[in-house]
Amino acid sequence: MSEHHNDTHGHAHGHSHDHGDNSHLDEMDARVRALESLLVEKGYVESAAIDEIIQTYETKIGPRNGAHVVAKAWTEPEFAQRLKDDATAAIHSLGYTSRQGEHMEAVFNSDDTHHLVVCTLCSCYPWSVLGLPPTWYKSPPFRSKAVIDPRGVLADFGIKLPDNVAVEVHDSTAETRYLVIPQRPAGTGGLNADQLADLVNRNSMIGTAFADNPA
Amino acid sequence: MNGGADLGGMHGFGPVIEEENEPHFHSDWESRAMGVVIALGACGQWNIDQSRYSRESLPPADYMRFPYYKIWTLAVSKLLLSRGMVSEEELQSGKMTSPAITVKGRLGAAQVWDGIHSLSGRADREVTSQPAFAVGDAIRTVNKHPTGHTRLPGYARAKDGIITKVLGFHVYPDSSGNDLGDDPQWLYQVRFSARELWGEDKNPHDSVTLDLWEPHFA
Repeated sequence: MSEHHNDTHGHAHGHSHDHGDNSHLDEMDARVRALESLLVEKGYVESAAIDEIIQTYETKIGPRNGAHVVAKAWTEPEFAQRLKDDATAAIHSLGYTSRQGEHMEAVFNSDDTHHLVVCTLCSCYPWSVLGLPPTWYKSPPFRSKAVIDPRGVLADFGIKLPDNVAVEVHDSTAETRYLVIPQRPAGTGGLNADQLADLVNRNSMIGTAFADNPA
Repeated sequence: MNGGADLGGMHGFGPVIEEENEPHFHSDWESRAMGVVIALGACGQWNIDQSRYSRESLPPADYMRFPYYKIWTLAVSKLLLSRGMVSEEELQSGKMTSPAITVKGRLGAAQVWDGIHSLSGRADREVTSQPAFAVGDAIRTVNKHPTGHTRLPGYARAKDGIITKVLGFHVYPDSSGNDLGDDPQWLYQVRFSARELWGEDKNPHDSVTLDLWEPHFA
């Protein structure tokens, strides 16, 4: 959970429990070093490959991919229709074919329905279009609450929806990965796809935020 | 299994708190653990379902309080031990004292991009049967509590739902995760009303979809 991680950096934040317990972080540092060193010595992994994996997810595969998909759906009705009919093919056609994006579903927010994605059993997340999941997405508060109290989760993120707007939660129990297509903000008629993509924040593609309004 | 990972519907964890400007990793061991787990996948000694089962079968109290990459590290260590790839003594010392076993592959640095983009994790399989259900059909989930791996969460057992999409013919994790082979089955998106799952005080418009396989239906 994030509070453990934060302790190593001394960040100030709003958590109220488990502070001051660095013991298992030092332990993990030693444990993971020993593990990698052993696996390299045994010839199972290469440290340079691990460097490359980390760099790929830190710099190359992230929510810009998903924002591109969303902006294209906003500006090209044909593409939006392809996303609805076969999201896997539509997203793969843009080159976003990486792991944890093998089977995709796109769900479109509307005036009537708001979609929210979770994985209650583990942390399934569309890595190919959103990159690595944030800590909150993987942690018990979100995974426990999203299915039983989705409106409470939205309130945690500062969103209040009218009672007559349906909230549809998608629990990612198979290899299908869900991408939320948020509603296009008002007043963006003059923006091109690149400018629109800048409005598509990560959380809006999970369902815990709306797309940003133009500046 | 009814383990620590099956969190849907639990109370008491408090609000969801987002860390502002959260970095990809909070310390080096987290990034190394992530990289090790992905790189080890190329050895081909376990599948993703076995990997998930190794995580969810950690003691529930540990699963619920440990940082996520600690869960990954402990779970991958169990897999390495069970496949005979390392010994307990080696894990403790970080030093090799027994020969390596022959593995199916090894990920080189130059292969990382292609490996990540290989779509080798596809779960759909060649169709050998027809789906028994169609969009709009009503189903009821089974009331079973297996001790092994299952992708039917506890909160959605013995519940009535409606098929909203036929997703394909996919590896069945309740077999694959329990070392019983792919046993592919038809996979469906199923919608359950919030009232069916959680009771009459829930918003009548709200619902939860799960992706479930035919054997999950009663």
